[in-house]
Amino acid sequence: MTDTSRRNVVSTTLLYVVLIAGALIMVFPFVWTVVTSITPGATLTTTPKLIPDNPSLSPYFDLFDRVPFAQVIVNSLIIAGAGTVLQLITSAMAAYVFARMPFRGRGAVFVLYLATMMIPFQVLIVPLFAEMKALGLINTYLGAILPTIASAFGVFLLRQAMSTVPYDLDQAATIDGAGHFRIFFQIMLPLIRPALATLLVFAFLGTWNSFLWPLIILRTPLMQTLPVALTSLQGEFATQWDLLMAGSVISILPMFALYIFAQKYIIQGVAGTGLK
Amino acid sequence: MSTMTMQPPVAAPPAPPATAGRRRVRKTKYLFTVAVFLLPSLIPLLAFVIGPMISAAWASLHSWNLISPMTWVGLDNYAHLLTDPATGWAFLHTVYYIAVYLPLVYIGGLALALALNTKLHGRSFLRGMYFLPVITSWVVVALVWRWLLSPSTGVVNTALAWFGIDGPGWWADPAWSMPAVILASAWKDLGFVMVILLAGLQSINSDLYEAAALDGAGWWRRLFSVTLPMLSPSTFFVIVLSLINGFQVFDQVYVMTGGGPNNSSEVVVQQVYDLTFRYGQAGMASALSWLLFIVILIVTLIQFYGQRKWVNYD
Repeated sequence: MTDTSRRNVVSTTLLYVVLIAGALIMVFPFVWTVVTSITPGATLTTTPKLIPDNPSLSPYFDLFDRVPFAQVIVNSLIIAGAGTVLQLITSAMAAYVFARMPFRGRGAVFVLYLATMMIPFQVLIVPLFAEMKALGLINTYLGAILPTIASAFGVFLLRQAMSTVPYDLDQAATIDGAGHFRIFFQIMLPLIRPALATLLVFAFLGTWNSFLWPLIILRTPLMQTLPVALTSLQGEFATQWDLLMAGSVISILPMFALYIFAQKYIIQGVAGTGLK
Repeated sequence: MSTMTMQPPVAAPPAPPATAGRRRVRKTKYLFTVAVFLLPSLIPLLAFVIGPMISAAWASLHSWNLISPMTWVGLDNYAHLLTDPATGWAFLHTVYYIAVYLPLVYIGGLALALALNTKLHGRSFLRGMYFLPVITSWVVVALVWRWLLSPSTGVVNTALAWFGIDGPGWWADPAWSMPAVILASAWKDLGFVMVILLAGLQSINSDLYEAAALDGAGWWRRLFSVTLPMLSPSTFFVIVLSLINGFQVFDQVYVMTGGGPNNSSEVVVQQVYDLTFRYGQAGMASALSWLLFIVILIVTLIQFYGQRKWVNYD
């Protein structure tokens, strides 16, 4: 073994040790969450053991007894699902205009889109609530979904991806007589699949985990989404951390599944957007 | 041209309007297509972002408690906010958050991206582990960290005690509430920065490294002369996004500290929330939000102007 290769072995081993230690720190809170969720009676004032004395799934059952948790999960799925699908559609269509359909004033409209990214959502809460009240949409799915159906971030991400598609492709299609709709559906969308998958994950992430707007617009326990239901479990006096953590585990699972499915696209998707 | 040669000059005058008309029809059709593509996102943005933003501007000129009718006060809300030390403190806490958080996630994310871009066994598994906190909701993260950083029984202080270190009170101590929030935030966002920078690293042309190696450049030299300059667009993206999000930091503060203790972690958005829902001063809250928006806008514009100096699009 030469000196350099021995040094490589040492540095590679060191790298592994650091990376695995780091990963354990990243994952530890999740392990803790899972452990607490199967430790009945855990509270903030007791440090639970890593291996609980009497592990049991009873916090999960309690959770479903205490709050209409099945309904809460359904609410979250409907609100996040609809918001995500609509956000993908509206973003892709607008992105196509900004990438491929020039018109007078397009730059100004794009700046308007980008400006909406800088608006703190909290500024909008009061007027948005008043607006929804006027429309009679308080405590409805529609009221929760509407503000999430368009996203400047999504338009920006997909526009960047579309601008990396060579013009020759749509020019060839135009010569063959394809209109913008065909180019959009048959050339653009299939070619930017990684970026679409990336946006799918981020959009679902945002809508599934969003907290403030559902907290305000959904007024009854039967309409609540997961994050809101979780904080309402966090009572002032008797916070039941076993139930809270059971709910947390349940709320992470769908995101986790989606991420596993989309993982291979995500880095590709970000790389393909010219954000390199 | 062909119509010109086929028809006598007398018949020519009606022709230009006809082609112009056809062109106008085509242009109208084109603009109609543009509208079909654009309106599904433009209408919601106008109705649910720009519109409410303008009503917030209107509300900021009024005294309003959400229930009774608004009373016109002109710029009084702004004058009050600009002279109230609480506003200064809220902005200062927000800047404190950004100033510590941003270098932490950038340097951490860069180190991770560099490490996980090498040929290691199980690197996609490791990437997945570092990305896990990103996909978790702030409510869950803040709850867990509130617990991990619990002063007497928390895991972090228990671990510190093994080394004989007397851990601080974290979110229960005014001096440590912001560090507690920053720690949880950096932990959550590290994986996101890592992914953006990994994507950037993967699009760097490997010829550049070969050329640098031929010139005898060592690891650090290659990092500073090749990697970082080529990574500048990703870095720019991370900084712009982190600053916009940093000024709007709220969920983790709300769940972990609620702005306390003693307002030590009261950030701008927490103050907007408190003004609206605790003190019933929606007009004042709207004015504060507008001040925040103006600050974010200025900071973002400065970055876009400044990027020519250091961002290298190639």
